[in-house]
Amino acid sequence: MVKGTSFTDLRDAGDPVELAAFYYEEGADELVFLDIGATPEARDTMVGVVEHVSEKIFIPLTVGGGLRSIEDIRRMLEAGADKTSINTAAVLNPQIIAAGAARFGSQCIVVAIDARRVAKSKVPQWEVLTHGGRKPTGIDALQWAQQAVSLGAGELLVTSWDADGHQRGYDLELTRAISKEASVPVIASGGAGNLDHFYEALVDGKADAILAASVFHYRTYSIRQVKDYLLGRGVPVRL
Amino acid sequence: MIVIIDYGAGNLRSVANAISKLGYRSQITSSPEDVHSATAVILPGVGAAADTMHHLRQSGMAEAIRQLVQDNKPLLAICVGMQVMFEKTEEGGWHDCLGIVPGTVKRLPPGLKIPHMGWNQVKQRTAHPIFDSIPDGANFYFVHSYHGQPDDMSLVAGTTYYGTPMCSVLIKGNLIATQFHPEKSGEYGLRMYANFLKMALGKR
Repeated sequence: MVKGTSFTDLRDAGDPVELAAFYYEEGADELVFLDIGATPEARDTMVGVVEHVSEKIFIPLTVGGGLRSIEDIRRMLEAGADKTSINTAAVLNPQIIAAGAARFGSQCIVVAIDARRVAKSKVPQWEVLTHGGRKPTGIDALQWAQQAVSLGAGELLVTSWDADGHQRGYDLELTRAISKEASVPVIASGGAGNLDHFYEALVDGKADAILAASVFHYRTYSIRQVKDYLLGRGVPVRL
Repeated sequence: MIVIIDYGAGNLRSVANAISKLGYRSQITSSPEDVHSATAVILPGVGAAADTMHHLRQSGMAEAIRQLVQDNKPLLAICVGMQVMFEKTEEGGWHDCLGIVPGTVKRLPPGLKIPHMGWNQVKQRTAHPIFDSIPDGANFYFVHSYHGQPDDMSLVAGTTYYGTPMCSVLIKGNLIATQFHPEKSGEYGLRMYANFLKMALGKR
């Protein structure tokens, strides 16, 4: 299923509440707000946005980017988010996944993994990046994915840092490798450029859902177009 | 008055927002008296059935709900709200539930990813106003690891396939129970709320 849109930079995207309502009406299955910003002020602003958005849209809303603590998670869920996405905070302190799952339920905890291929490795390998893709950790992405699931992650949001923004397709090997082992839904992110990429990610990449941002923000395609295309190729979609 | 039962679980806001979007007012309450005097009641559900039962018993809501169904007043029970209608659940070791609907709640079979999390189709098994203007096979949003199986198959109004055919909509008189979250299911979900409220408030 087409998951929806992620807002990589709120300021440039226009009014986020209006945009959310637009994408909801366009047929997005779920919405993801990412990159809230690391400052407390940015998080406070996001609480207000989430409250307003949840009055207008009636599909699942995931909020993430800069969430550091159980309290941050609680605030977003209270404001109306259905799920929260944690990334760097989980790598630095994996127990936050377990604590979040225990307190709010696994279904509320999405672990976002930013991965980049390890150059010159014989077997395809990816390492985990944190801090918005800026810090390589040396941690194996496949192992981290398994650990996150065993700690209680309800979903995995996997972004290929190699593919993101290049519009040449998702990293299918990465998605497939993680989806094969994961007993929770895997959302592919990063790389959509043409309609075929969406199909590939779901069918070859074995993703359970796909996240796309730029192609929708820049109106390259509409959500309807993507869904019609997938339907035409035999992929079940929600109309 | 449309009443939404607050038993300490989350997700109330989404339900209230949906009702408000449709132009109705609702009251969120943890008081059984409000449930008694309501025209329509909604029991939302997130989390584990055993936990939910504990909270419902503690607050006196369990009795209020049983009375409501006995009086055949309109009740919309969602997700875990549907599961607690049954006699018992296998979740977390066997736990007794409200016993309003004979049957048990079982874990989804192994094979597919658990929880069942995402959109899935609801096949309508009966003609009923709750399905007005909702096409057969429309997608709704599910998040659950357990599902209720009623002993009496005539109560099964809608089914969904996930590793096994499941009862996704159960109707017993004016009790409408859904395994999915209509408040997260886009326009068809809102329509289901609208249909429920029309059914309920039309019976003033």
